[in-house]
Amino acid sequence: MSATAKAGQIGRSLPRLEGRAKVTGRAEYIHNLRLPGMVHGKIFRSAVAHGRIRRVDTAAAKALSGVFAVVTSDDIRKVISNPYYGPAFHDQPILAIDKVRHVGEPVAVVLAEDPHVAEEAMRLIIAEYDELPAVTDEVEAMTSTVIVHDALKPAGIFPDLKHLEGRKGTNVALDFHLRRGDVKQAFAEATHVFEHTFRTQPVMHTPLEPMVSAAEPGDGTLTIHTASQSPSFVRMEVARLLGWPENRVRVKTAFLGGGFGAKLYIKLEALVAALALLARRPVKISLAMDEQFFTITKHPSTFRIKSAVDKDGRVTARECEVWWNGGAYADVGPRVTQKSGFTAAGPYDIDNVAIDSYALYTNRPPAGALRGFGIPQLVWAYESHTDMIARALGIDPVEFRRRNILRDGRPQATGTVMKDAAIDKVLDRLVQRLGWSRPFDRGQGSVKRGRGLAVGFKASIAPTTSVAILNLYADGSCGLYCSTVDMGQGSDTAMAQIAAEVLDIPAETVRVVHPDTDVTPYDMATLGSRSTYHMGHAVKRAAEDARVKIDALKADLGVPPGSNVPLAELFRRKYGMQAGNIVGVGSFVPSYASPDHDTGLTPNATPFWMVGGTGAEVEVDTETGHVRVARLINVADLGTPINPRIVETQLSGGAIMQLGFTMQERMEFADGQLLNPNLADYKIPGMRDLPARIESEAVDAVERGGPFGAKGVGETATFGVSPAIANAIDAAVGVRLTELPLTPEAVYRALRKAGR
Amino acid sequence: MSTILSLTLNGRPRTDLVASNLLLVDYLRDVAGLAGTKQGCDGGECGCCTVLIDDEPQHACLTLAARCGGRRVETIEGIGTPGRLSQLQRAFHEKLGAQCGFCTPGMIMAAEALLRRNRHPDEAAIRAALSGNLCRCTGYVKIIEAVRTAAEGG
Ligand code: FES
Ligand code: FES
Repeated sequence: MSATAKAGQIGRSLPRLEGRAKVTGRAEYIHNLRLPGMVHGKIFRSAVAHGRIRRVDTAAAKALSGVFAVVTSDDIRKVISNPYYGPAFHDQPILAIDKVRHVGEPVAVVLAEDPHVAEEAMRLIIAEYDELPAVTDEVEAMTSTVIVHDALKPAGIFPDLKHLEGRKGTNVALDFHLRRGDVKQAFAEATHVFEHTFRTQPVMHTPLEPMVSAAEPGDGTLTIHTASQSPSFVRMEVARLLGWPENRVRVKTAFLGGGFGAKLYIKLEALVAALALLARRPVKISLAMDEQFFTITKHPSTFRIKSAVDKDGRVTARECEVWWNGGAYADVGPRVTQKSGFTAAGPYDIDNVAIDSYALYTNRPPAGALRGFGIPQLVWAYESHTDMIARALGIDPVEFRRRNILRDGRPQATGTVMKDAAIDKVLDRLVQRLGWSRPFDRGQGSVKRGRGLAVGFKASIAPTTSVAILNLYADGSCGLYCSTVDMGQGSDTAMAQIAAEVLDIPAETVRVVHPDTDVTPYDMATLGSRSTYHMGHAVKRAAEDARVKIDALKADLGVPPGSNVPLAELFRRKYGMQAGNIVGVGSFVPSYASPDHDTGLTPNATPFWMVGGTGAEVEVDTETGHVRVARLINVADLGTPINPRIVETQLSGGAIMQLGFTMQERMEFADGQLLNPNLADYKIPGMRDLPARIESEAVDAVERGGPFGAKGVGETATFGVSPAIANAIDAAVGVRLTELPLTPEAVYRALRKAGR
Repeated sequence: MSTILSLTLNGRPRTDLVASNLLLVDYLRDVAGLAGTKQGCDGGECGCCTVLIDDEPQHACLTLAARCGGRRVETIEGIGTPGRLSQLQRAFHEKLGAQCGFCTPGMIMAAEALLRRNRHPDEAAIRAALSGNLCRCTGYVKIIEAVRTAAEGG
């Protein structure tokens, strides 16, 4: 426990505040929302990857009985004249205009009171396209003559994207470059040079509550109910699109049935906003599971990594080239490209580094943030590469890592000096748990056993702001107003614990008010494991502010500061009855320095570092290529956990999600069509896919910059899973896979190719 | 076409006039107002809609409401309330078997069916019985722990 926590609320493993509501089916989700007079929207989507829209025939759909309206982009422009949105680029039309750029792009919407009628009518819409050649591969997109967008349209809220305005004839939405030391010289002097290329596949978040948003027009106002991770952003962006002040747009969320980055920025909100204004009645759109796959995905990537190594097994230089397949609309891809670019060279102490990271437009469904913001793709490459070097040099992979590991006090690739990043501790704990120095059963017959590990790290996205309000009511009870969205990570509980610690009350008595932009203050978004740190600070400050005001009230009433007169009694004395409030306010924005445009260097790349590692023991059947993960160990540095048991569930949940991306999940495209947009053919891990043993551990650590020593945790356990398993497979059977997922077919093919 | 549907819902008899093609999940959520049962997928793939029909776990998204005439249908709302959790619900709550909670009602109903036919399942039996219920948040570790805890009577 952190030295500053005294009231016993920090480090306390209480169950979720809303746990009882969830286990009895009473928890509130937008999925459940019904509004009086509401119509349902069903989206008609493009069947081609790239094409000019020749004609959209909605006559038959309109004629179907029960249909309220059929809407295309021409209608949308009646209420929003420039209907392009996006967090980084204003490139995405609410409904396709003139062109479609990916399969599944929304082209029209049917509105009907009965969602089944809307669906039936949607199937009657006919669209004709002049098909254009499509570009789907991120590396080809660099040089392809197929251009997805005629000109780049940066949104303007990120100053470092401004220079891209109007750029033509390119699919590169953003290029990030980092140069440190003398890479050329170091390669010239190297004893060994290693170069490998790794790839990752398109996958989807598949939150089990599919994306859902509703909009309700009012008297010059609009209320949006949405399963969103970023209500403050939704309000800003919808207000911008409408040309309204923010105070006429209200955005409310409830519990989210999972998010993982899928429900960030704007997804359906601009569409339902426009539809509600057109229809003059509430409109709700609930995506089906299959539609989610067309809405947002995780960036497929190609990563070429090259290292110079000296005679002592020290990495002296590293060159990284990463291509991110951002799909047809940028979403937050340029941020992924830059922020992940900071750490592409891995958690190693390397003096000479060159990183080039490119966000590419292609004719694939858009890619955005998915639990790790690009980091799992990078760790997959650099930790596979690390093992391959060690193996080639005949050095034990743990020993090789120890020789090169990045320690606190040393500069990382950006030049930022590392602090409170327990990379070495995470590695040590993995090594201990795996019993690395002990003999290991290598298996027998056709089943071979192997073990491997991997460690990754991440710079938190910065700079971002959180604001919190704490309201002490007349009876002394406490309401906490913050726009952090609880999508299962337990933020309500953690924030209540932080407020309770400051106020010295039980966390269970704090009521957390859910995001409602008319009520709860600004928060950048619930993403990138930022909430515990950023909102945690804001909540702590709001509670401290309230305490100061309680003390002032005491002074006002002549009550000695140390006395334990209850707050309700103080209010009674002040106002003569049960009345009044004390409102504490807190805000937080960390310090940060943007990287230099040419060198990518910065003295302050991040408010905090996240560190996660995985150890794996696998059994490979050499006759079938089948891999069984027998043991999966996740070790993370998350500072001092606010709620250790909730943190543990975050680790195991993140690791199993990444296990799916490692072993089985892949969106399959053929002839531009997506073949498996459903959970029957796109298989996420079920109970049968679990490793026999799963272990999670938080190392003993403190984040000195964090509230009560804590920092984020949502993404950490995803970092090391893929390379740890690939490294274990190599250890078992001596074949190296460089492309995800690690399916039995891929293993089998590699075994045959290696003559095993 | 409409049908008169008489069934026992969470222990209470009830009669409604329903469209013959109405799905049980829509009947429960829209007609009976029981939103605890969730719909996660496009049919039969996720288990979020699991309810008990005559003690058997069934997908409410693949079942016609009209086919439930004369049968006992149980949903998460019939198992316990926030003030009176069932043993299984308590275990899910205390062992953190629910994160976002969206899969939880279906998961608990599937586990309930298991415990009714096998009071003391081992871990393999738990994994097999719940293998049709997907969860994207928990990694299942705490769900298994919760069911074991309930099975052990604590
Ligand atoms: S909603 Fe019934 S199985 Fe998914
Ligand atoms: S708790 Fe979120 S899907 Fe299971």
